[in-house]
Amino acid sequence: MSTHTELSVRLTDTTLRDGSHAMSHKFTEEHVRSVVRALDDAKVEIIEVTHGDGLGGSSFNYGFSLTPELDLVRAAVDEARNAKIAVLMLPGLGTIHDLNQAHEAGASVARIATHSTEADVSIQHFQHARKLGMETVGFLMLSHRATPEKLAEQARIMADAGCQCVYVVDSAGALILDDVSDRVSALVAELGNDAQVGFHGHQNLSFGVANSVYAARAGAKQIDGTLLALGAGAGNSPTEVLAAAFERIGIHTGVDVHGVMAAAEDVVKPIITRMPIMDRASIMQGYAGVYSSFLIHAERAAERYGVPAWQILEEIGKAGYVGGQEDMIVDVAVQLASGARVA
Amino acid sequence: MAKKTAAIVGSGNIGTDLMFKIMRRSTNVEVKYMIGVDPASDGLARAARLGITASAEGVDWLLAQDELPDFVFECTSAKAHEANAPKYKAAGIHAIDLTPAAVGPYLCPVVNLDALEDVLNVNMITCAGQATTPIVAAISSVVPVDYAEIVASIASKSAGPGTRANVDEFTETTSRALEEVGGAKRGKAIIIINPVEPPMIMRNTIYAAIPAEAAEPGELQDRIVAAIDAAVANIQDYVPGYSLRVEPQFDSAREDWDGNGRVGVWVQVKGAADYLPEYAGNLDIITAAATRTADLLAERMDANTSTPVGA
Repeated sequence: MSTHTELSVRLTDTTLRDGSHAMSHKFTEEHVRSVVRALDDAKVEIIEVTHGDGLGGSSFNYGFSLTPELDLVRAAVDEARNAKIAVLMLPGLGTIHDLNQAHEAGASVARIATHSTEADVSIQHFQHARKLGMETVGFLMLSHRATPEKLAEQARIMADAGCQCVYVVDSAGALILDDVSDRVSALVAELGNDAQVGFHGHQNLSFGVANSVYAARAGAKQIDGTLLALGAGAGNSPTEVLAAAFERIGIHTGVDVHGVMAAAEDVVKPIITRMPIMDRASIMQGYAGVYSSFLIHAERAAERYGVPAWQILEEIGKAGYVGGQEDMIVDVAVQLASGARVA
Repeated sequence: MAKKTAAIVGSGNIGTDLMFKIMRRSTNVEVKYMIGVDPASDGLARAARLGITASAEGVDWLLAQDELPDFVFECTSAKAHEANAPKYKAAGIHAIDLTPAAVGPYLCPVVNLDALEDVLNVNMITCAGQATTPIVAAISSVVPVDYAEIVASIASKSAGPGTRANVDEFTETTSRALEEVGGAKRGKAIIIINPVEPPMIMRNTIYAAIPAEAAEPGELQDRIVAAIDAAVANIQDYVPGYSLRVEPQFDSAREDWDGNGRVGVWVQVKGAADYLPEYAGNLDIITAAATRTADLLAERMDANTSTPVGA
């Protein structure tokens, strides 16, 4: 009998956070309530609700929220009967002050994200989140930019600061199969019983679900998805596909497959303004290793400055810009439009 | 005039860069003491080789010397400066604080030095604050700025342990300075640490909300551009590597910007490589600003003869 039958993972749905990118941060309280209700009914245990760029993300650089994110968090907490509500924060953008407010609003899971090689900026935030009694998750973003060994060393910094699960985050959708299991295995070996390992996938090269399977088989215990793949770039690993695929290969999630399929089809589909797709620009993000949330900003710059979005993104990849550097898109677009060499 | 004397307290990257900056570029100030706490520090060794009195015995040693300096540059941590500030004050020494302690008022020498009366202790904000508040101040000298937001990107290799351990302090201090020095009604600061190799040169993007009419071509817009250009020229006087990447970009008013338009300014800060390489423009701009501040204060002190300014 296969050893895989004994595996189980916990699914975290981040439609209401990563999906916020695809909605240009225009979720309403009503959207949040209906999605949370459907996910909660389908027995999804963790639901993330924040501006796409995390707490404090509402800005010129990333786009302003239509509804203040704390109002959305409060609505989600109010609506959920069993699920815990998570928030994302990126040190350098959000602060401990924001974390306190989210905690007061009822969020009980703090997911703290840094670039894959800069984990030490999160130490004060993990320590504080634990002091607040929150469950903690660490995000090592753009994990393709670090070797498995380097990533494991960074995961150790987070775990020692109080992080209970460190995620390999494929922000660019650039990892392919073994790239994921090598990284997850390295983290599992480093962390042992000190912290769990998770995986967050994107679809830019279409590997979100397959990578999640590889991650689970390599020992990941938490896996992220979004309904209908709604998210940055070509979207995330779809929660409803993850649930169906994991059930078929005997990896227990506890999620009701019919319930999440209905949530995607009946609740999210009528809300969304844009279906994430693998097109020239988003494929380029996976190919060139570009942070997925740059997509819509690059499309806007493409329209304004008359240069193709895929070309802007290719240059961004060459320059090695990281999550949060959306401001570089206009700079690159202007340089391209003027015919200058960029990188 | 005779040069004023200075002590640098803190012999890490910033203190060491500052030592070279003052030695090479200051017109009115010379470094007399370099104070650290770690006898093995590279900064203390370099200072000693350059003939500067170097001590690893901290501030109390400094204050026990017969010849006290005119200036002390605090390059330690906010906590250390909070403890040291009253001692400097009691000794009548001008403190130029390069930590985020903000015991004294925020200062960017090209923006608000003339407006400050009490300058016995001044705070140099942050590297991003030095790079961005003059641009916000330039824009708000022409039109009201409801909101200013900056994104500072620095090379991972230039982000020291102090910055990394206190990233909240960095963003909060810079945000407040966008208001208090830049003149924005509300400020927001974002910092990104980028590990790319070769290291990226420090970058700052400044966005300011401006009245709808100022976002359209015309006289107001021309005045904003002229004010930004003048600010850039003023900064280049002490930070030669400070430059605009592209012309200021104007965006028309939008409903989700509360009916405001927007101007965006993209700045690069290439360091003078006095200690760390040129990518570390973040170090360069704050040590250059501190040096310029001391030079200007030294002129004021001479004008006021022997009384410490503001004492």
